[in-house]
Parts: sequence; structure tokens; C-alpha cells
Amino acid sequence: MSQPQTIVDKIWNKHVIHKEEEKPDLLYIDLHLVHEVTSPQAFEGLRMKQRNVRRPDRTFATMDHNVPTKDRHVIKDLVSKKQMETLKRNCEEFGVRLADIDHPDQGIVHVIGPDLGLTQPGKTIVCGDSHTSTHGAFGALAFGIGTSEVEHVLATQSLWQARPKTLQVHIDGKLGAGVTAKDLILAVIGRYGVRFGTGHVIEYTGEAVRNLSMEERMTVCNMSIEAGARAGLISPDETTVEYLRGKRYVPEGEDFETLAQEWLDLASDEGAVYDQTLHMHADEIEPQVTWGTNPSQCVPVGAKVPDPEAMGADEDVDGVERAIEYMGLQANQSIESIEIEHVFIGSCTNSRLSDLRKAAEIVQGGRVHENVTAIVVPGSKSVKEAAEAEGLDTIFLTAGFEWRDAGCSMCLAMNDDIVPPGERCASTSNRNFEGRQGNGARTHLVSPEMAAAAALEGKFVDVRKYASAVGGG
Amino acid sequence: MEPLKYHKGLVYPLNRTNVDTDQIIPKQFLKRIERKGFGQFLFYHWRFHDDGSIREDFSLNDPKYQSASILVGGENFGCGSSREHAPWAIEDYGFRVVIAPSFADIFYNNCFKNGILPIELPNEVVNRMMEKSSSLPYHLEVDLEKQIVSDGESEVSFDIQSYHKEMLLNGWDEIAVTLTYEEEIDQFEKNYEKGVKTLGIS
Repeated sequence: MSQPQTIVDKIWNKHVIHKEEEKPDLLYIDLHLVHEVTSPQAFEGLRMKQRNVRRPDRTFATMDHNVPTKDRHVIKDLVSKKQMETLKRNCEEFGVRLADIDHPDQGIVHVIGPDLGLTQPGKTIVCGDSHTSTHGAFGALAFGIGTSEVEHVLATQSLWQARPKTLQVHIDGKLGAGVTAKDLILAVIGRYGVRFGTGHVIEYTGEAVRNLSMEERMTVCNMSIEAGARAGLISPDETTVEYLRGKRYVPEGEDFETLAQEWLDLASDEGAVYDQTLHMHADEIEPQVTWGTNPSQCVPVGAKVPDPEAMGADEDVDGVERAIEYMGLQANQSIESIEIEHVFIGSCTNSRLSDLRKAAEIVQGGRVHENVTAIVVPGSKSVKEAAEAEGLDTIFLTAGFEWRDAGCSMCLAMNDDIVPPGERCASTSNRNFEGRQGNGARTHLVSPEMAAAAALEGKFVDVRKYASAVGGG
Repeated sequence: MEPLKYHKGLVYPLNRTNVDTDQIIPKQFLKRIERKGFGQFLFYHWRFHDDGSIREDFSLNDPKYQSASILVGGENFGCGSSREHAPWAIEDYGFRVVIAPSFADIFYNNCFKNGILPIELPNEVVNRMMEKSSSLPYHLEVDLEKQIVSDGESEVSFDIQSYHKEMLLNGWDEIAVTLTYEEEIDQFEKNYEKGVKTLGIS
């Protein structure tokens, strides 16, 4: 019998074009996703060297980072406008399919790929965006690349890549009521830090991971990069197959069944060996809130901001002090005493239909706190339409939320959605870096449910006190 | 790309861990469609107040580091966003070498595409460099061929993948190199796509 293999081995071996001692492998790329921010210099590079896009049929572009989420066609920032126009011109010139601002498929690149069925198990997927790890939820090997590599993939449909090490993150048990996929990944990063995944591909395994829906798995894999891993994935199973059935770019009928079996066979074999394995138990995970300026700086909602004076000499005391100062907090302050002015529900981490549904369950019948400006930004036009079809927009609007058009929005403030200096935002996005949501802005990362509850109360609260969050009411 | 074989320069120490690419170059500067001219925005919000005036409390603004071309940083340098604008800004500002105890993967790769040499060295070596360069002018010599960093008194060797090393030493256009494998890519595609019903987008 052959040696048990991980899913990473299986995908990798199928995609090696050229192999040589002492060199990275030349790896074939199945799907290249493109957006307006990291592609202009790549297309320009092709033009200067008179090169073509090798496989426009394996390339798909959209606009997401810059797009306004209200007054859709009023792009005040002329530089943003030029960048979007440049993508349009580049796609026309090189024959790349584009879901531009008016296209029904437009949305955040990591929301539309899976939703259209472009993302499939076993594929190698790249995009000039670090959150490409999201697509790993399907058992694809998906990772972010720089603009030079974007140009390389456009020209050659391949990349030179050293075979990565593998890291298993195994979560036993069942997540408690009111504890989400976002809390799971934040708790993992909170425990193991922002660089334990460097040089590795993470595979998430265990009962708690198996029980996640596809959209929850995307939330987990999305934040692999916040642990340092370029890619994070989950072996395909029936949940994966059922999610993809009927998607636009997936075959139908018997062809689908054949493909589905191939997908299931990709799952890591029993006894496969990882370079490293980390364990956690779902019982240990509670709703999380970040207090600092990187995603590992998080604690359970019932806890307190850490005290640098109580830290060991081997810990990053300077970093913690600087984070507390930037965030305008006090050591030992309870998380539930932190008042907020903004709530952002959206981003490639948490803007899918199930995220909006869960937030709406908390919001239903409530009222946004008078000190809070709260926005909901669906991840794509089709998510927005689906949410409206079931009346979620009405729930949010009635409660005093704004209901916006699809885009990256306040996750990175490259558009009009910005948190002002010194103000505080409960955000369902993925990065709480200094200035991420606006210069001087203070970001606290949370789940959609926790963000919804914070919007109503004007401060962080344990969402488990809401019956709707724990399966009651 | 400019080849890099040997570099001697003044060290600038940035004693912070987890310096993310949002700090290296903030998002408002990612809207430009050019590849050049990002140096003026390097560490923008650390270097400048909101009104554009210089922040005296940020070390890179200290005139003694004006001609620095070697940046020494903390653990996990370049984490976060994949934006290649980060190495573009570092290179355009005048840095050719970045030394740290560890780098984020995407940033590390991006450096080699832009003629920047990222060097991983043990914590204690980096700490010593931080200390020495924060008081007096401190110069390092970097010999990529021999894989050695020296400050005149002591020297330390570093690891680098031979592929990365060759690319920097020769200043290769990586796409041109890959295109010499075009026939292999053609052949791979032919076998790979045999019998495949849908490619995804067609």
C-alpha cells in the first residue's frame, strides 16, 4: 500500500510541471483571481514586454477594494477611479473576464469565487491578495501572491514554489452555543500567535471543524494568513460537495458525481504525517474580542485587557504597551466596559449570507445604540439580493443599520468607508492593524453576532446572553 | 531587476515586532497604478503627523539614519497584506537589504522580485545589531555570493535558497526564465486537461 498522504501532497503532486534538485517546483495554477489594486503594474509589465495572458479562461477579475458601497457611481477619489478604469481597460485588452461595478457577479473576490463555483477542491488558486487562503475551505491550495507573481501567472499560468511544510490544527469537540467559526480562528491565533503558520500550509481537522458549514470554513481559512500561513485548508467532505452542487461553473449530472468522488478522494489519508500538529478543544473557546493591534491580541469577552507589568520578560512587553496605547485602553480594563462608535459587518471574512442571517437574528427587534454608526456590507451583489429576498435588509434598516452595496468597504478603508481617528469599531473583518480602518482608527475584531450585539448596546457584551445566539427564543 | 551581489551600507534599526505591510505602506497609497515613487510613503503614519509634518519621535526621521540602506527589523517582518507596494516603498526609499529574525512568507518572496535581499539571522545577532546601530553609526557588509554579513569585527553566515540567490545575483527577469520552459508547460496542460469537461471559466 502506498504511503498515506496529506491533501497538500496530493494537490501538489498533480500540479508539478517541472522538478529539479535545489530548485523550487514549477507549479501549475488552475485559477487566477484578479482585482484592481494589485494588478495594474502586472498588466503594464506584460505590455512593456509584449507578453500575453496565457490562459484568460483560467483568469477572473472583479473590482472590490475601491468600490463605493453607497452612491455606487460617485467615485470621488480620482485615483481610485483611475485604478478601476485601468482594470477595465486591461481586461478588455487581454481578454480577461471582468465582473465590474455594474456586473451582477460583482463582489469581494473571495466571496464570488466560491459562490460561482470557480473555487473547487484540488485546484491551485492564487490572487494578489493575502486572504486568498479563504478558498482553502474547499480543499483547494489557495494562496496570496505579490504583483510580480500576478504578472508571472498571467504570462505563464505557473509559479516557482518550494513545497511548503504542513501544519495540522486539530480541534476536538463541539463549539458551544453562541461560539462561532470566527471565535475558533481568533482563539487559535490568540493561543499560538501571528507567526506559527509561517512557511506552512495549515490543515484544519477535528470534530469542531467537520461540523462547520462551508461559509464558516471560509471564515476559518480566511484568517490562516493572520497566523502567518499563506494557505490554510480543510479536506473536502459531503458538506463541500453539497455546497458546490448546482453552482454555475461546476458540471452537472453524472459529470458532477464523477468529479465529486475525485474531490472526496483528495482528503488527507488516515495516518498522513504532518510536519507539526497543534491541538485545541472546542470547550476552551469562548466569544473573542481583540483588544490590540494584531489578531493574536485577543481574549474572551468576559476577560480583561492584559497588564504589561504582569507579563514575563520573554514576552513582547513593548508591543503590548504600544498596542494598549494606540487602542486608547487601560491595562486590566474589562472588555465589556469598552464603548464603541462604529460597527462594521462585512469583509471577505464575514459577509456571506449565513453571516448576515446570524447578525440579523441578534438585531431583530432591537435598535442601534445612539452613539453608534453601524453598517452592513454584503460580500457580493448576489449575497445582497439573497439577503433582501428573505427580508434581512428590513431587519437591519429598521434597527438603524445602513444597508450597503457589495465591496471590501471598511475592512481596509481604501474607499469612502473609513473609521475616523481615535474612534472605535467592532468589526467582523480580519485585521486590527494600526490605521487599517482609517488613520488612527481603533479596530476590535469580533464575530458577526458579537458585532450585532455591540451595535445595539454601544459596547461589547457576551452575545450568549441573547437567546437567539444560543439557539433559543 | 538590478542585480545584487555585494552591499555595504548604514544600518537603520526598527526595533518592533510584527511590522505589517499596512504600516510599511498605508492603504491610501495603493491606488496608484505605477510601480515607482512609493518611497515617500514608507512608514507614512509613523513618519508623519496627520497634517503632514514630521514626527520627531520616529527614529527613521533622525538625520543620522538619512543615508541608511540596510533595515534591521523585529520578528515576523512584513506580515499581513500581500501588497508588493511594501517592498517597492522600501527599495524606492533606498534600502537594499532587510535583516530580521523572521519574515512573513509573502513579503519575503516579494523582496527577491525587487532586488531586495531579506536575511534571516538569529535573534541574538539581530539584537546586537539593533543595539550597535541605535547609538553610533553602524555599517554592515553583505556578501551574497559567500552568504556572509560582517560589521568589520565579526561576521555571520546566513541561509538562502539557491534559486533566490541566483535570481538576485543575476538580476533575472523571472518570467523570461520560466518562458524557457514553455514547451513543458504546453505538454503539462495537454495531459492535465485531457478529458476535463469544464475548466472553470469557459
